Amino acid sequence: MSELMPVLLALTILIGGVAGAAVLTWFERRLLGVWQDRYGPNRLGPLGIGQVAADMIKLLFKDDWVPPFADRLVFIFAPTAIVVAMMMGFAVVPFAPDMMIIDVNIGLLFFLGMTSLAVYSVLLGGLASNNKYALLGGLRSAAQMVSYEVFMGLSLIGVVMMTGSFSLVDIVEAQTDVWFCFSQILGLIVFIIAGIAESHRLPFDLPEAEHELTAGFHTEYGGMKFAMFMLGEYLGLMLISCMIVTLFFGGWHGPMLIGEWLPPFFWFSFKVFVIICFFVLLRAAIPRPRYDQLMSLGWKVMLPITLVNILVTGAVLLWMEGVA
Amino acid sequence: MLEIVFFYIASTVALVATVMAMTRANAIHALIYLIVSLLAVAVIFFLIGAPFAAALEIVIYAGAIMVLFVFVIMMLNLGEKGDKQERQWLQPSIWAGPAVLSAVLLIELVMVISQTNGPVSVTAVSAKEVGLALFGPYVLAVEIASMLLLAGLVGSFHLGRRYLERDNLEKQGGQ
Repeated sequence: MSELMPVLLALTILIGGVAGAAVLTWFERRLLGVWQDRYGPNRLGPLGIGQVAADMIKLLFKDDWVPPFADRLVFIFAPTAIVVAMMMGFAVVPFAPDMMIIDVNIGLLFFLGMTSLAVYSVLLGGLASNNKYALLGGLRSAAQMVSYEVFMGLSLIGVVMMTGSFSLVDIVEAQTDVWFCFSQILGLIVFIIAGIAESHRLPFDLPEAEHELTAGFHTEYGGMKFAMFMLGEYLGLMLISCMIVTLFFGGWHGPMLIGEWLPPFFWFSFKVFVIICFFVLLRAAIPRPRYDQLMSLGWKVMLPITLVNILVTGAVLLWMEGVA
Repeated sequence: MLEIVFFYIASTVALVATVMAMTRANAIHALIYLIVSLLAVAVIFFLIGAPFAAALEIVIYAGAIMVLFVFVIMMLNLGEKGDKQERQWLQPSIWAGPAVLSAVLLIELVMVISQTNGPVSVTAVSAKEVGLALFGPYVLAVEIASMLLLAGLVGSFHLGRRYLERDNLEKQGGQ
């Protein structure tokens, strides 16, 4: 059984990820509707959840078209890259004490590696389309994602220093008493901002900013290839939420005062749900910054914050070691 | 046993991808093959007990440096013209000489490797050990690398600043 567990879990994540992303498209629109004082899709089925099926059928029956001027091979390859990379990222997420595909001692780096590979999807999609809007979207995304990857990695150094390990299981176990969201509050803030920029969601969706770049890197995409990009984006959202919970909100541990009277997996998924709602709220509340504002925010604000965080964390850790 | 099978699969992928990367006329196709080659090398690192190096190979080489390569190629926007020029440069008569010379080196390498007897024992090196080595016996190399990066940083700052000043001057001239 224990040997079958990772295989079963991988299949569950594969199906659950796709289904979750599909439901999220509906859930996000409903939630945005609530916050913006309107209904959102509410016609099909209870609460309008049939909209998911309607959207999927529409996408499936669209003509699977490759523009004649596009680089055919790369054009088809690009959308798969982001889905594969994001799916691979779930391999190291510890959902519950014994519920994970693999616990490697480089888990955190594996996650960073997979998110950095997801950049290619946007980049190659924009390039292969052979369209100036798509190219500009791809260029923007490359600069945005490579920059924010730096802060994403640096913001996690504090967590790694406090745990002394890259293993995500060790990181969760180090938070049994106190979650890292208190001691690593700066790291948490930077990680959330970098996470939104990495999954290029609103308010940081400049690669596909529709009022200036039509649809950015996926201007030429339609049908299921476009759906793959959307699937990758929602998988990225879920993966980032899972990582925020794992790294800063105690993973499968229950809240400190209430304790552990509910199953670990419940706490994990509940926290992920709350974080996803928070991301939707950000989308509803914050307007999109200008491109140069985004870049200067990164290099002039986020980088110093992360460096100060690393410095202070290291100093406090050394000081506590000296006291003990 | 399974590791050996995985090792040979990864090595084959790495070799094929590298050869393809060298022979493609389209720069983007060549880069994609190069990325695949780097990923295959990362798998090999993981198998021979260097998970930290494998992770860095993906994060830094495949995930950051290669992205910048693609970025530059996007900016140049070569298109068909670049492909044609590349095809001219890839004439057999041009790469025949280097190929023969490196074949000689390859034979030599195979002979040297076949003389060392027995498989090298695999010991997993954790991230902590890598860190201790970098800040212990190899601290000088780390410092030299950081100086190199600093030089790059200052250089790029200088290039960016010059444009900024010229723009300001033009603005003042306009007024």
